[in-house]
Parts: sequence; C-alpha cells; structure tokens
Amino acid sequence: MLLLKNCTVINFDKIEENVNILINNDKIEDITKEEIESATVIDCSGKYVVPGLIDMHVHFRDPGFEYKEDIESGSKAAVAGGVTTCLPMANTKPVNDNSSITRYMVEKAKEIGLIDLFPIAAVTKGMKGEELTEMGDILEAGAIAFSDDGLPVMNSEVMRRALEYASQFGSFIISHAEDKNLTGDGVINEGKISTITGLKGIPAESEEVMIARDILLAKLTKAHVHIAHVSTKGSVELIRWAKKMGINVTAEATPHHFTLTDEELLNYDTNYKMNPPLRTEEDKNAIIEGLKDGTIDIIATDHAPHHRVEKFVEFDNAAFGITGLQTLIPLTLNLVKSGQFDMKKFVYLTSYKPAEILNLKDRGYIAKGKKADITVIDDKIEYIFDEKVNKSKSDNTPFFKKKLIGAAIYTIKDGKIVYDFHQQ
Amino acid sequence: MSFTKTDLLGLKDLSKEEILFIIETAEKLKEINGRDVKKVPTLKGKTVVNLFFEPSTRTRTSFEIAGKRLSADTINFSASSSSTSKGETLIDTVKNIEAMHSDIFVVRHAFSGSVKFIAENTKANVVNAGDGTNEHPTQALLDLMTIKEHKGGFEGLNVAIMGDIEHSRVARSNLWGMSKLGINVRLFGPKTMLPEHFKHFNCKICSSMEEAVENADVIMMLRIQRERQSNLLLPSLREYSKFFGLNKRALSLAKKDAIIMHPGPINRGVELPSILADSKQSVILEQVENGVAIRMAVLYLLSLNKKEG
Ligand SMILES: [Zn+2]
Repeated sequence: MLLLKNCTVINFDKIEENVNILINNDKIEDITKEEIESATVIDCSGKYVVPGLIDMHVHFRDPGFEYKEDIESGSKAAVAGGVTTCLPMANTKPVNDNSSITRYMVEKAKEIGLIDLFPIAAVTKGMKGEELTEMGDILEAGAIAFSDDGLPVMNSEVMRRALEYASQFGSFIISHAEDKNLTGDGVINEGKISTITGLKGIPAESEEVMIARDILLAKLTKAHVHIAHVSTKGSVELIRWAKKMGINVTAEATPHHFTLTDEELLNYDTNYKMNPPLRTEEDKNAIIEGLKDGTIDIIATDHAPHHRVEKFVEFDNAAFGITGLQTLIPLTLNLVKSGQFDMKKFVYLTSYKPAEILNLKDRGYIAKGKKADITVIDDKIEYIFDEKVNKSKSDNTPFFKKKLIGAAIYTIKDGKIVYDFHQQ
Repeated sequence: MSFTKTDLLGLKDLSKEEILFIIETAEKLKEINGRDVKKVPTLKGKTVVNLFFEPSTRTRTSFEIAGKRLSADTINFSASSSSTSKGETLIDTVKNIEAMHSDIFVVRHAFSGSVKFIAENTKANVVNAGDGTNEHPTQALLDLMTIKEHKGGFEGLNVAIMGDIEHSRVARSNLWGMSKLGINVRLFGPKTMLPEHFKHFNCKICSSMEEAVENADVIMMLRIQRERQSNLLLPSLREYSKFFGLNKRALSLAKKDAIIMHPGPINRGVELPSILADSKQSVILEQVENGVAIRMAVLYLLSLNKKEG
C-alpha cells in the first residue's frame, strides 16, 4: 500500500485539492479526503500530481545502436522525465519491421520494469518505402502503430495502402512528413539564418507538401494519420483545415519546436541540429497556438540520443536530433508559467490525449480503478541538468549543463516508485 | 588601431575599422612583392600549415607565397572533407598537426562553419580560406583592396555582384564587408541561385542584368561551379552565358570607368567573353596580385595575437 498525501490532483478536466491517493498493487484503490494509514506515505503538499506522462515518439536505439541508448537507459531517462509509457520508433538495427523484434523490445522493457513500452513498428519492410510489413502479426506482438520515422514514405500509393491496411486492424500510421527531394542535403531551416550562415536550408514546404499529401490520403482512405513533430506555421494551418473538413488526423509537436528557433544556429552548434529543423519565431508561435486551440493534439519529445562523437564534428556531418525525455516537463511548464495554457491542458497534452490516441484506456487519467501510473511534479525546483541528473547514455541537448526549473520528483509506475529526484 | 583577433573566420565578425586596417597593412606589405629580393624576416621560425580539405590550387598557392615572403615555413596538407564517421575525426586531424607545433592554420573546407569549429578547438591561429558556402574572407579583402586602388574609397560606390550568389562564399564575404563600408550592393543571377532570402542582407536584388549594372562602379562576376551543382540549377552553360553572362551591351550601362572583377578561375565565354576578361576594364590579374599582399597582412596580424590557455 502506497499513500500519496495532500495531493493537488490534476486531470485534464478538473483539479482536486488536498486529496489522498491510495494505491494498492498496480491500481489506484481510492481517492479521498479522509485520513488513511499506510506503510509508505509520500507527502505531496505544494506539488502537482498528474497522470504518468505518455511519450509516443522516442528513439531508444535498441537493438543495434546501444552505445547511444538502450532500452534500460532509455527507460531510466523516461521515468526521470516523469514518463511512464514510451513508444520507440522503428529505426533500429535491424529495423523493427517484424514481430520478433517487436517482441524483443516489449520483453526487454518488461524485464527492466520501469515503464510500459509499446513499439511503433515500421510501415514498410526495412523502412525502404516499398512493401508493407506484417502489420497484423506485429500488432499481436505488442506494437501499437506504424511509422518509418526518420524516413518519409515517399511513394503515395504505398502510403495509401498502409493507411488502408493498418486501419483494418484498428491501428494507424504516423507520418514523418518530409519531401526528401526538397530537403536535399539541407541541414537547417531555409531562410534568413541559412542565408547568413551558409548552411544549406530545408524549406518549410519540405514538410508541408507531405502533410498536405497525407491528410488527403487520410481523406481518401478514411483512415487515421498522425503527423509527427509538426514544425511550421503552414503545417499547423493545413492540419487545422483537415480537422475542419472532418479528416481523421491527429498531430504532435515537440518541446524543442515550441521553445527554440533557428536563430540559435548562428553559432553552428550541432546540439541545435535536428530534423525537422528549428524554424522561425513565427512558426514557433503558430505551434503554441496550435497546441492551445487543439489543432495539435499532443506533445511528444522525439527523444533522439546520439553519442558525443556524432555531434563533435563539422555541422554537415553531425547527426540530427536531441534528447528530450528529461526536458519535457521543464520546457512544457514554461508554457504554463507564461500563461499560454493551464495545468489541465498540460495533462491533456502529455497524458490524457496520448492515451486516447493510443487507445490505452487504463491510463492518462487519475481515478479509482485506473492504473497507478502517477507523476509528482515540483514546478519550482531549480537544478542544473548535469551528468548526475541525466539518465540517458547521451547528452546531445542544448539544455545540458544549463539551469532548468521544474521536474518530476516522484514517478510511480504500476504502484511502485520508480524514480525519486532526491535519491540519485 | 591594434588588431586583436586571433582568427580570421569571416568579414561577418570584423568591424569596419578592422577591415580597413587589414587593407592598409596589405598596402604597406605589397611593396615587398615588387622588390628584387621578395622576402622579409617577419614570420621567421613560424610554421604555417595550409590545411586543405577541399582542393584549390590558386588560393593555396597564394597563401603559400604569402607565407614564404614573410619567411614562414609553409607546409601543405591535403585531405578529403568526406564523412568523419570512419576513423579519425576532423578535430583528431587538427590536433595531430597542432601537436607538431604549428602556429597558423590556413583552412579550406567544404562545409560551412567547419573552419570556426576548428578555430574553437585549436591553439593555433586560424585563417578561413573558404568554408562551404559561408565565407572566403581573404578573397573579399583582396576584392576590396583592388576596388580601393581604382576608386579611392568605398562610400557610396555601386557594386553589381552577378552569378551564383547562393553557393558563393565570395559573395557572402563581400556582402558582409561591403555593407559595412557603405557600398550599395546589387545582386543578380538565375533565380535558382539567388533566393529571396538574400533580402536579409543589406542589398538590392535585381530582376535584370540591366538593373544591376546601371551606373555601376564595379561589376563582379562570380564563377559558375558546374561540378558543385545539379543540372536543376542550370539547364546548360550555353543558356547561362546567353542570359547571365556579362556582355558589352550590358556593360555600356555601367559607369564609363567601371571595373570588371572575377574571383577566378574564369570560365571563358560563360561568365565573361574573352574580349571583356582581357579588356582594360578588367582587373582580374590585379586581384590575384593583391591576394598575396592581403594574405601576408592577415598572416602577419594574426601572428601577433596568441590564443589564451
Ligand atoms: Zn521523424
């Protein structure tokens, strides 16, 4: 029995103050104002108690690139970031394009026992964009959705069939929206900063033309398409239009895209190199607007660990991507603190709505009978995001060694405390 | 004034005063090149390494001569810019050569920003001899020196830069330098090589060659680097020369005493017909001559400033 006392419980639709949460095994047994005795008690006075965060876009590099991250270090980074459910992408080595790899990932995560891991398997065999994977079989092995993330499905016919086929099994396709030809060998956003730095640009349209295509294909097939890491104003407008038309589309944005802009790249710092690239202030603001008005449904980190030597090179040669699991809370809290939205919306974006999209009915909401996945957040705690705090094997983030405010101080997974900020 | 920079990475980072000071220093050193014995002991005992990760005989030779005229030991090192994932990284290479007590690195690299990356990770002074499509500061400085020789100053001059602006580090360095010196810059080229984004520089984007050239004091033609470009940017050289090469008719719109510049090597008949490249208005060979003086000045000024630590 675990008792969380004096909680300010935040669900997407309501806030309850000064309540006690009683956890029995892996379930929430009761939420009450009454005094209860329990062996283990956590005093949550002055903290936010939210449903365990769900990150439906991470890269754990396992199997194949375990020197960057593996399922164990990824799980540790997740719970340190308040995340209890993760969906790792398929661009492992070998690619997660069959049920045995999917099963390996799920089972390894279970053994480690810190998070629930539901793989996103590849849409096409070898992520080559040609033949569909055995989606039914892969779903049985524990995957939830499909994406060739990292690579776009360039062939429209293949994308159409993938949408049709996945929807038959009640699943959906996550679109890494990028026209590779238009991207060329671009490395940052095309515009003022690419012109000034001489770094090759990636136009916003590289993302937007594919989003336009994918929402039209979702219209054609009536299947669900989820747009990953939306980065431009035009993308937000296209998705807004699609939703108005009743097309079955959902979308995510990453904390880095609503926090940073391409102005950071004037110094050629490879920690700011990511795909899609950081865009302009106008794009950043459009994403925040999109989150506020529901055009963008959820926040996902696109946690993309890389070894130091892959970033300590010429800008063109550096790997794309930054780690994100442990900066999810502080960066999203910044939007709460600046008054863009409230804590209920925070919960909506980081757990309630992801659970709904993924059809995980047992989580994303703190209530009697739900899974005891709970994150206790201190929104005022100040700390340096250093080697001690960082649980990932990689530290490729511009926030490393910087001061952050706000963190998960307890992460509870299936009723067990899997992370305690003060005991590291 | 005193020059306090330890590296020369680009004109982006230099003040107007620093740019003028380098040019004035070069003007003094230029005299050495006309002597019978073309050597002074200024950099005696110093080691200058030409670190070229992208081939360029002209620039390398110019730096080599500049170093030798100042009595430095100059060494050439060539490598490829290709992926560092296998084996030694760029900084490994740099650290190795640094360990042999090199004083100055002259670096050419195919990727923008990589010379800055090297400068941040070595104790040697670093000169950017061209990084990707970012900057080629000594080329812009020699262009400015040549302009000054012919026009006496900079303020209020009209300069037309024409050709492949997007992929030209020469254009970028000149854009930084010229706007600091009060020059009016006009740009013209095929739209595939001159995107709208250049409006962020302090310059005018022209829609015709006539517009760019009208009343110009200086016409700077850029080199078309076919080897670096896909066919999508340019259907053919023939087409390019017809619509984007300088011709007599366009030139007649410029000021009578306008000079024609080109960073070389020229594709004869493409950017410029021979009749213009070899005309009295052409200062292309003077640019080459001034290049040595500018590089002497840069090597000399940097050698005065040690990095901390
Ligand atoms: Zn992606």
